[in-house]
Amino acid sequence: MSEPAIADSEGEKRSIFSRVSGAVDSLWGPPIALVEAIGSHLVLLGNVFFWTFRRPFRVRVYLEAMDFVGVGSVFIVGLVGLFVGMVFSLQSVSAFRQFGAESFVGSTVALALTRELAPVFTSIMVAARAGSGMATELGSMRTTEQIDALSTLAVNPVQYLIAPRVWASVFMAPLLCLLFNAVGMAGAYLVAVILQGVDRGVFVENTRWFLDSNDILQGVVKATIFGLSLSLVSCYQGYNASGGAKGVGIATTRAVVGSFVTILTLDYFVTDIWLTLFSKGNV
Amino acid sequence: MPWTPPPGEDASAPSQEFAIRVRDINKTFGTHHVLRGVDLDILRGKINIVIGGSGQGKSVLMKHLMGLLKPDSGHIYTDGVDIVPLNDYQLNTVRKKFGMLFQYAALFDSLSVEENVAFPLVEHTKMKRAEIAALVRETMDSLALKPVLLKKFPSELSGGQRKRVGLARALVLKPEILLYDEPTTGLDPVATKNVDDMIRDISQKTGVTSVVISHDMASTFRIGDRISMLYEGKIVESGPPEEIRRTKNQFLREFIETSGAVKLDDPGAELRT
Repeated sequence: MSEPAIADSEGEKRSIFSRVSGAVDSLWGPPIALVEAIGSHLVLLGNVFFWTFRRPFRVRVYLEAMDFVGVGSVFIVGLVGLFVGMVFSLQSVSAFRQFGAESFVGSTVALALTRELAPVFTSIMVAARAGSGMATELGSMRTTEQIDALSTLAVNPVQYLIAPRVWASVFMAPLLCLLFNAVGMAGAYLVAVILQGVDRGVFVENTRWFLDSNDILQGVVKATIFGLSLSLVSCYQGYNASGGAKGVGIATTRAVVGSFVTILTLDYFVTDIWLTLFSKGNV
Repeated sequence: MPWTPPPGEDASAPSQEFAIRVRDINKTFGTHHVLRGVDLDILRGKINIVIGGSGQGKSVLMKHLMGLLKPDSGHIYTDGVDIVPLNDYQLNTVRKKFGMLFQYAALFDSLSVEENVAFPLVEHTKMKRAEIAALVRETMDSLALKPVLLKKFPSELSGGQRKRVGLARALVLKPEILLYDEPTTGLDPVATKNVDDMIRDISQKTGVTSVVISHDMASTFRIGDRISMLYEGKIVESGPPEEIRRTKNQFLREFIETSGAVKLDDPGAELRT
């Protein structure tokens, strides 16, 4: 009679052990997956650097990628910039008017645009338009064996497909960010000065007084970093897609969501580092 | 009993008879052990066919031959060079010896037919534009592809045309070894015979070493110089078609006879006569 009792207690011990180990696994799972994901993106970045400086240098492929990422995004970035500048200006006039401080509208909009809104919105638009395009294109190339075909033709897929897209995003995102700034400020001026009757001289002078190159540079550096991260995430997802049309769809979704999350997360850390290192003292 | 290479041979020594020698390669994906110690010799200048059922690892084996996949263990000697330890940069040199026709051709859909065929020349030669155009036309002519197709895109081609263009792209650099991944899949009987004739013609005219992955038994016995059967991750039989016709391997006999395309000889016939 005693033997089954021992067996039962051993079985119970095993079951408790397996439950505990299962719970620990489920706790550790997400952080391990995150570290793995960061690691594989860094490996891809290393490969991009390695293959960028190897012959042959395909200028045409780089120009095509820049055209796709940059020129192709001009309209959408301009449009979003215009309305973001306009609505921010409208809200600022409405809020500052309550205590007679409309003179600060220009500087408030300018600082918000150059430091935060322009790099973040620009990168999000580039991720939504070009990043999703990269993931879909590379994903369908992967599932139809076109990436394998490139390798069989002794052409490295990272060098031919990924490096041009990454560098195109790194160079074009800051330029698009500057465009966003310009169009956004024009929209803000239109709403504040022409539609809401804020004094033109006060708007311009106040903007000039508070805004300097450090603010614009902060936005440009952020857009460069976001351009790198969104293109890496999008290319990684497309390059590693599997499972036909469904797999390509999943890769595209992951590319867009992953890019957005990465941009917004990096934004906090970059801002913190920037303000620590290059704070102007006054703001 | 799996096929085993002749004992005492040094597979790493360059050989006039064999272009590729595969020794004891294993490959696992997750928990799925796909290749379980594959040994295979590829005859130089001949048509070598690897047959096997769906999901037996034929395409995985082919991707190993070009270094697109790395085995977990084992060796793959191409002209005496073990390609397993090579990195991507070094593999590119070896890959220039190869051409590959994919199952669905894997043409670049953003490029026209002409740009697809010219792609290897643009990448790996210093030829002028006019020379490239002339060579592209010559290669397409040799595969009975009309010049009217040059400006078309892959999505505008039929399955057979796509395979021919894929073959033209694989052939244009005049490779020493041509790999075909199920070249007749999805083609009607006439197109299948045309592809078979094309493989045979190319082999005879250029002397290229051909490796064909197939489960089409009629094609296999029509064009094969050496047939190897992959089953449960191993090569279970390897030899010329006449030897395979007399095989005693029960699974291989069933596999071939079920297709209905080939009649096998009685394995005991030789003993009785």
